Amino acid sequence: MKDKYKLKLLAVAMVLLSIANVLWGSLDIPVKDVWQILCGKEIDGHPAWSIIVLQGRIPQMLTALFTGTALGTCGLLLQTAFRNPLAGPSILGIDAGANLGVAIVLLLLSGTATIGSLTIGGHLLVVTAAMIGALAIMALLMLLSRLLRSQVMLLITGVIISYVTSSIIQLLNYSATEQGVHSFVIWGMGNFASVGIERLPVFLVLSAIGLLLALLLIKPLDALLLGDRYAENLGIRIGRVRQMLLLVTGLLTATTTAFCGPIAFIGLAVPHLARLSLGTAWHKTLMPATMLIGANLALVCNLLSTLPRDGSIIPISVITPLIGAPVVLHVILKQKS
Amino acid sequence: MIELRHLTVGYGEKAVLSDINQSLEAGRLVCLLGSNGVGKSTLLRTLAGFQPPLAGKVLLEGKDLASLTLSERSKAVSVVLTERVEVPYMKVADLVGMGRSPYTGFFGTLTKEDNAIVSEAIEMVGIADLATRTIDTLSDGERQKAMLAKALAQQTPVILLDEPTAFLDFHAKISTLRLMLRLAHETGKIILMSTHDVEMALRLSDILWIVQQGQISTGTTASLDESGILRQFLGDEEVSYNETK
Repeated sequence: MKDKYKLKLLAVAMVLLSIANVLWGSLDIPVKDVWQILCGKEIDGHPAWSIIVLQGRIPQMLTALFTGTALGTCGLLLQTAFRNPLAGPSILGIDAGANLGVAIVLLLLSGTATIGSLTIGGHLLVVTAAMIGALAIMALLMLLSRLLRSQVMLLITGVIISYVTSSIIQLLNYSATEQGVHSFVIWGMGNFASVGIERLPVFLVLSAIGLLLALLLIKPLDALLLGDRYAENLGIRIGRVRQMLLLVTGLLTATTTAFCGPIAFIGLAVPHLARLSLGTAWHKTLMPATMLIGANLALVCNLLSTLPRDGSIIPISVITPLIGAPVVLHVILKQKS
Repeated sequence: MIELRHLTVGYGEKAVLSDINQSLEAGRLVCLLGSNGVGKSTLLRTLAGFQPPLAGKVLLEGKDLASLTLSERSKAVSVVLTERVEVPYMKVADLVGMGRSPYTGFFGTLTKEDNAIVSEAIEMVGIADLATRTIDTLSDGERQKAMLAKALAQQTPVILLDEPTAFLDFHAKISTLRLMLRLAHETGKIILMSTHDVEMALRLSDILWIVQQGQISTGTTASLDESGILRQFLGDEEVSYNETK
């Protein structure tokens, strides 16, 4: 009962934050005018405001919401799958794999394409490349996790993977055009605004598929907490569940990374915030809580990114470590004691 | 009832124990004794269905273990393994509730009936006062009891335990063994455990399975003493066993 109450509270917070993300943006538009625009009216003398609110802020709010949800969920799946509290899409190098996929498309194949100018087909190509990269790293990690006994070794492997991919990306930079490099650097800063109204449907559908598939894994994930052998003894098909985990984390990481750039720490920190606030190990409550907290955190980050209020924004990848790092430190310190 | 028919266990081509023919009646506590590397764990893993037998078969109530689906198997055999379960925020009742997984629906929600079975299992192992504690706050002995309660909640006719007393202190070893002996008698389950605590196993088990030189000798402590197998197993020292039961 108490958990349901907390989940409801998180849902209410999400609605309020979503509204706040539409009301406040990098450009100062009076709240009452935003309301007018939402009601379908044009503001005299400011025709651009309608476009900013309807085609800018609303897609950006939805992107932040789904990205946070997806990354948090991803982190939860990884932490349970590897039974490692410090697992997450960025620390394990999965988003580095997605990065590499994106880099190959942006820097090598279509040297002159910028992320904004890509058609939907072009964008699907980027997502597919990111997906292949993320899946390849996930598959590698799953193979290695059978060989590596220690949890720390797996994390170190993830860090090494990140280094190797970033080297390859640096090398790719040499053969790319200046515009390609610029576009890749901008993408690398992380931005919830880069999805935009045209690509929003693709982004939402892909994320929603990943999130729905994640919900199907709730029961096997609970059993996996005890370890593979216990889970198998409880009737869980380990092989099939691992394949599903691979697919879902690959899809979610690839989608968010391809559309919004690499966003660190949300995936790692959010599941811990969910555990801390609910005090449970059950995925039936933990997963919805993770999704809601992930959404809320991303919405907060998006609001913070508009703080300069002069039309410019702070990159998301600057904000998330400031919020995520303390949570991760807390987890490490708690482990020691 | 479990029957092992011409069972050979091992890995790949390498057989660790060959051509075992044994059977176990319901309601017994069986202790599996033997030196390290003699094949105790391999045998337990095969009986749990984690690895296939190299030859022969295991019959559970007359049904071949290999022919059971994963779901059927999860309702036939439950296990307590040597690996330590560490899950933050997991309460004892949650852990025991996991034992209900083979019976719960798609999202694993426990029904009222499931919760009643969980409470009963927790009471049977005598840790009702710990039900709401998280498992990371338990002592090793309490933790083993919680794992045993999980196995009870799984409601299987057979429970396999791989060295459940290994990390326990003296008192916890005795109380765990006594508990299992009582549970085997009260619930009519077959409880088969491997252990290195020979002395306690001699005193507190119904039946001993002694593994040495690729063979399994079975019997009560008294009968194995009489046939000289116990003495052979325990080494050259003069060992005498006094029937006190």
